[in-house]
Amino acid sequence: MMSSSMNPISRKNPGRVAYINARLLDPTSGTDETGALLSDGTRIADVGPRLFNDGLPEDAQVIDCAGLCLSPGLIDMRVQLREPGAEHKETIESASRAAACGGITSMVALPNTEPVIDDVAVLEFIARRAREAKLVKVYAYGTITRGLKGRELTEFGLLTEFGAVGFTDGLTAVADSQVMRRALSYSRTFRQVIIQHPEDPALASGAMNEGEVATRLGLTGIPAAAEVIMVERDLRLVALTGGRYHVANVTTAAALDAIRKAKRAGLAVTCDTAPQYFTLNENSVGDYRSFAKVSPPLRGEEDRKAVEEALADGTIDVIASDHSPHDQDSKRLPFAIAEPGIVGLESLLPLSLQLYHNGKIGLLDVLSKLTSGPAAILGLSGGSLAVGAPADLTLFDLDKPWQIDPDSFQSKSKNSPFTDYPVQGAVKRCIVDGRCIFGTDDARES
Amino acid sequence: MTDTGHTANILGFAHRHLLGIDGLTAEQITFLLDLSDSYVALNRSDDKKTSLLRGRTVINLFFENSTRTRTSFELAGKRLGADVINMSVSSSSIKKGETLIDTAMTLNAMHPDVLIVRHPDSGAVKLLSEKVNCAVINGGDGSHEHPTQALLDAQTIRRRRGNLQGLRVAICGDILHSRVARSNIQLLGIMGAHVRVIAPPTLLPSNIERLGVEAFFDMREGLKDCDIVMMLRLQTERMQGSFVPSIREYFRFFGLDHDKLQAAKPDALIMHPGPMNRGVEIDSELADDIDRSLIRDQVEMGVAVRMACLDALTRTLRSNSEERAAAQAGGAA
Repeated sequence: MMSSSMNPISRKNPGRVAYINARLLDPTSGTDETGALLSDGTRIADVGPRLFNDGLPEDAQVIDCAGLCLSPGLIDMRVQLREPGAEHKETIESASRAAACGGITSMVALPNTEPVIDDVAVLEFIARRAREAKLVKVYAYGTITRGLKGRELTEFGLLTEFGAVGFTDGLTAVADSQVMRRALSYSRTFRQVIIQHPEDPALASGAMNEGEVATRLGLTGIPAAAEVIMVERDLRLVALTGGRYHVANVTTAAALDAIRKAKRAGLAVTCDTAPQYFTLNENSVGDYRSFAKVSPPLRGEEDRKAVEEALADGTIDVIASDHSPHDQDSKRLPFAIAEPGIVGLESLLPLSLQLYHNGKIGLLDVLSKLTSGPAAILGLSGGSLAVGAPADLTLFDLDKPWQIDPDSFQSKSKNSPFTDYPVQGAVKRCIVDGRCIFGTDDARES
Repeated sequence: MTDTGHTANILGFAHRHLLGIDGLTAEQITFLLDLSDSYVALNRSDDKKTSLLRGRTVINLFFENSTRTRTSFELAGKRLGADVINMSVSSSSIKKGETLIDTAMTLNAMHPDVLIVRHPDSGAVKLLSEKVNCAVINGGDGSHEHPTQALLDAQTIRRRRGNLQGLRVAICGDILHSRVARSNIQLLGIMGAHVRVIAPPTLLPSNIERLGVEAFFDMREGLKDCDIVMMLRLQTERMQGSFVPSIREYFRFFGLDHDKLQAAKPDALIMHPGPMNRGVEIDSELADDIDRSLIRDQVEMGVAVRMACLDALTRTLRSNSEERAAAQAGGAA
């Protein structure tokens, strides 16, 4: 299904690299043990606790991980690249650098660029720019409807052949039930997933979560019901069509209950959320802080807890950064007209690890939502430490405490509400197809 | 209500801006109302002009149409001796936000002493206040706050009833979109009044009870035993079948007339921030009933209250320049 043309990595063979004394973390196999991993070229050649017991290979570069965690490279299934169309906010190159710093080896671009990705030409452009950047792997979704207008379906088949890994209208929900039904139905031909932004557009015309805070600030509220109404309608359509459906950015207890029930009933349904929805609540809006404006909006504390709970019980399959770069001019505005979104590539791992450090979720479970979870939904080959898998790896220090500083981000935009937010866990190395693209010691030289 | 008259601070008012009622104490509100009283007397005298703000520049920056609030601020500034400039900025363009910051920077470079700002977006005045060096008075931001209106309403009530403590006040009508309602709910709550809101549920914001008010959908029920009835203007553009189906239905169930007013206390007083839609939210005769209606008093108090706000917010400025003048005089001698 995947087109290899999307692979941006240089064809130069990175050779053999031995990672020794690593804490191997593989959510696919449930492995959490000290051992070593050998990559050969772009693939994992061997892995295990007793690897190299008989001595280190002489022809490999050796990297002593000194007990740090080695996991499959993170896969971020929800990133806005802003290229083409808004290169003053982000480019494929700057987003790739940000991803590399965040330990993300693959990212998937939302199609709400300008022009939108509703045509193979735009997919090819992104693939070319990613090849030029030579950093992380960049995939892209096609739009469900032409021009994000919610009416006519795009060429799912042709877009799939050119590498689209799924279809979504990005931050716009497909409101028309008939269009959504056809999308879920037609996408079965190409075994593609349909990804929905879970908000009823008419109910979601406000600026923040509906409730006491919105009432005090005099801002129009978006009720939690806007989310569950859209999700429940779609679940009926999934049952009707047999399509594969993924809900992005789930934020409410009610929608999560609906998804939980649908999964139990055996529907092909998955969902994701973003770190802000389990770390922050509506109070972060405070005094009209536009950096805390996101879509869907930050919810009340009960909903935040429900998201945490749904991550723990497996209802939520994926944590995505929902990387949404915006420049100052888009955010330094009255709250109601400021653009929604947070830059997230460089804070995805540490914010997600809070779930582990707070004792909410096991470490392998957190990692599965960042690696094998999205790989399975999108049919990507990464997300595992198995022999033969791509040598996409993230090496990180699980316990290192630090404070998030958006000014130091590689991303062109710094719109994050997490300034000075204390976290634990830091990326030390990012390896894509056997090649170290971020870290102190560059494997390319071997 | 704490009867302090003056706070410990000799300047009386320890805020740089007046962005809302939220954040003010009962003492600070009382201080502003007491100060307003002195200006009521001045405004009724023949020579209404003082030189308190001589040489100072006050700019009325209005991103939304207004006649009475702008005129009231303009008069207040002029009677205090300030140079007052009116600026109306069209907010129809999509880039109104950029205009907001740009306009703030431009005006700031002209060294005004006070900016009075009205803007259609909630929070816009606070955003602007962060970009300028002068004092900012919120002349109404979106559906958020309109602090001088709440102060003048309180002043009007206080002069009639002596006190706000323990009064039962009903605020009726479009609470959802009303900055007047939000500021009044805050102020009346701080001063110990009991506040009710009466409106159809489509015009009540969610969790309004969390602001310390009782909500009613029925006028007679809600008006029972009320001392004060505050009517809000219904913006007719909101009448087109979305929030309420028609004007005649709205007036029938939520318009204030003699019949519904029977439910309130016999001496209940009526208020309205203006401009009124006669026959929409209030019966025309009732609005003109000089025994019951405080609507004209409200307009009069508006000027006095705004003079008090300008006075209070410029005290730090004025005492600083007096000190500088004194220092210069000392240096010269």
